[in-house]
Amino acid sequence: MGVFVGRGTKAVVQGITGTQGSFHTRLMLDYRTKIVAGVTPGKGGTQAHGVPVYDTVEEAVEKHKADASIIFVPAPFAADASFEAMEAGLKTLVIITERIPIRDAVEIMAYAKREGVVVIGPNTPGIIVPDECKLGIMPAHVFRSGVVGMASRSGTLTYEIAAGLSIAKLGQSTCVGLGGDPIVGLSFVDVLERFREDKQTKAVALIGEIGGNLEELAAEFVASERFDKPIVAFVAGRTAPAGKRMGHAGAIVMGLAGTAQSKIEAFLGAGVRVAEKPSDVARILMKELRR
Amino acid sequence: MKLHEYEAKEIFSKYGMLMPKGELATSPKQARDIATKIGVPVVIKAQVLVSGRGKAGGILFASSPTETEVLTKRLLATKIKANRVQSVLVEEKLAVKKELYFGITTDRSNQKYVAIASSEGGMDIEEVAATMPERIVKALIDPLCGFRSYHARQIARKLGYAGNQLSDLTRIFLQLYRVAMDYDAELIEINPLAETVEGKFVVADARLLIDDNALYRHPEYKERLVREGTELSPQEVEAQKSGLAYVSLDGNIGIIGNGAGLVMATLDVVQLYGGRPANFLDVGGGASADKMASALNLVLSDPKVEVVFINILGGITRCDEVANGILEAKKRVGFVKPMVIRLVGTNEKEGKKILTKAGIHVLDSMEETAMRAVEMAKSGE
Repeated sequence: MGVFVGRGTKAVVQGITGTQGSFHTRLMLDYRTKIVAGVTPGKGGTQAHGVPVYDTVEEAVEKHKADASIIFVPAPFAADASFEAMEAGLKTLVIITERIPIRDAVEIMAYAKREGVVVIGPNTPGIIVPDECKLGIMPAHVFRSGVVGMASRSGTLTYEIAAGLSIAKLGQSTCVGLGGDPIVGLSFVDVLERFREDKQTKAVALIGEIGGNLEELAAEFVASERFDKPIVAFVAGRTAPAGKRMGHAGAIVMGLAGTAQSKIEAFLGAGVRVAEKPSDVARILMKELRR
Repeated sequence: MKLHEYEAKEIFSKYGMLMPKGELATSPKQARDIATKIGVPVVIKAQVLVSGRGKAGGILFASSPTETEVLTKRLLATKIKANRVQSVLVEEKLAVKKELYFGITTDRSNQKYVAIASSEGGMDIEEVAATMPERIVKALIDPLCGFRSYHARQIARKLGYAGNQLSDLTRIFLQLYRVAMDYDAELIEINPLAETVEGKFVVADARLLIDDNALYRHPEYKERLVREGTELSPQEVEAQKSGLAYVSLDGNIGIIGNGAGLVMATLDVVQLYGGRPANFLDVGGGASADKMASALNLVLSDPKVEVVFINILGGITRCDEVANGILEAKKRVGFVKPMVIRLVGTNEKEGKKILTKAGIHVLDSMEETAMRAVEMAKSGE
């Protein structure tokens, strides 16, 4: 059983006939994810990898009782697609699309909060519950079912650390990509709350990076709630110079807030172990779990 | 994308806010004419896209048209924090009673825009925020409700204003919010918002950053960005053309990877082992051979680079594409600096085979490869 999604999740793919949408639909189907319908305006009535395609989410939901959507549509249309999915009653959205304007993201999140919708992303690799459900674009082969709950703000760095956990035979219970944008739906705290209740999750790996204060808030939560599962954090960008933008719109250092140092100190202060290198995450968790 | 002060002011005045009398000048003679026209004393402000412009000597005062001409000539010949001054804004010097601050930006942890105001505006607003947080008024904006008159009134009242002045401030705050939404502002500021001795509020300085991801909704500015270029290094301009995320640093190990987080972690590991990265370069997801070749070209063209460290973890990106890109770059550039490559993930075997055939050694572990890169850079020094 994963958090947010699982074996029973039935998903719609919005933008299923685009290059990315089509390619990843095949990979998600290969992983035995229940992709029940696709949506591309104007392509209703056709099929993609054997999945029926509709013009509207409303129709797809009516016919297939879906409960989640994964969105691949280009940035200028992503807000429209997100609202359409939420109004159709879907309660979990995975927004893969990157470069969505901040104003659109702000509106999506406000509406989602009001409707009780979980938004993963935007600009996320998605979410995977190994051997059960993959709603995302991550390479499946680096994951294996296990005990570590992962939450991350990065893509490839997550795969790097997940591969390490898999080789160490710790595996992952659920791996959630929060997304690399300044405004994303989930915080580390939201995910920690789920991992706390999840029986399969015995330990947690948090993959943060410079910019914003999600890591500091996570540290505060761990300290004040006495989170009792071992946690290891890795923070990318320790050596990034201040004021320079390192690719992710989210990874901007301004003044002292959001620096790697501020995040690392917050974690250490809350009793969270901090890994120096990506490979240390698995090493430290092995030790912690043996205790 | 940062707009110049004069560009932001053009927009703000369209929305009805009050600006000081003034015009843009690109020559000392023009500045002199403006000063004659609007009357002295004037303030001459360098139009450069850096913060802390005033403290860096980019704002001067003149009490005659002749002085305006002389000072403008001086400003146009200088650089402010490495930025050449191409134009100046010549404005009437306001008789200021008090300097306020008003701005709107995003609050990531609340996923909302936030309005920020203070009665202690001016050059030291950041210090005020740090040392006297009680002097800063903040109001989160719920996008489903918007920023409305009563929100603006609440802020004006908290800043200590009443009567006509409260109404004037309310109007300005609402106008600024309109601009922020219409122009997809990542950050918008009036600092200072000058309260004149007559009790009017005038936009003394204006700042507007448009969200890069929303530039497609503002084609007029996107065009300018491409036309004028910005304060970027030649490599950074080249990277922008090829769709690569590149930041120049001051070390000697050139770094290429896929994914911002992975590349940042690569920089961190290199420094952990005592090396110094020459750059940050993220080729992004699903990089083609061509993109990889452009990336390598870019790093190799940087004279600081002595060793190149390529760290690829294939997901959407395919290792064979990356390998072909490396060989393509080798062909194009004609010479190659020492290189260490870590290549794992999708189509790893094919990628390794291509490179091994060409006599290039490939490693599996990021840490091991980083150590090797650092050793090579040191022995080359």
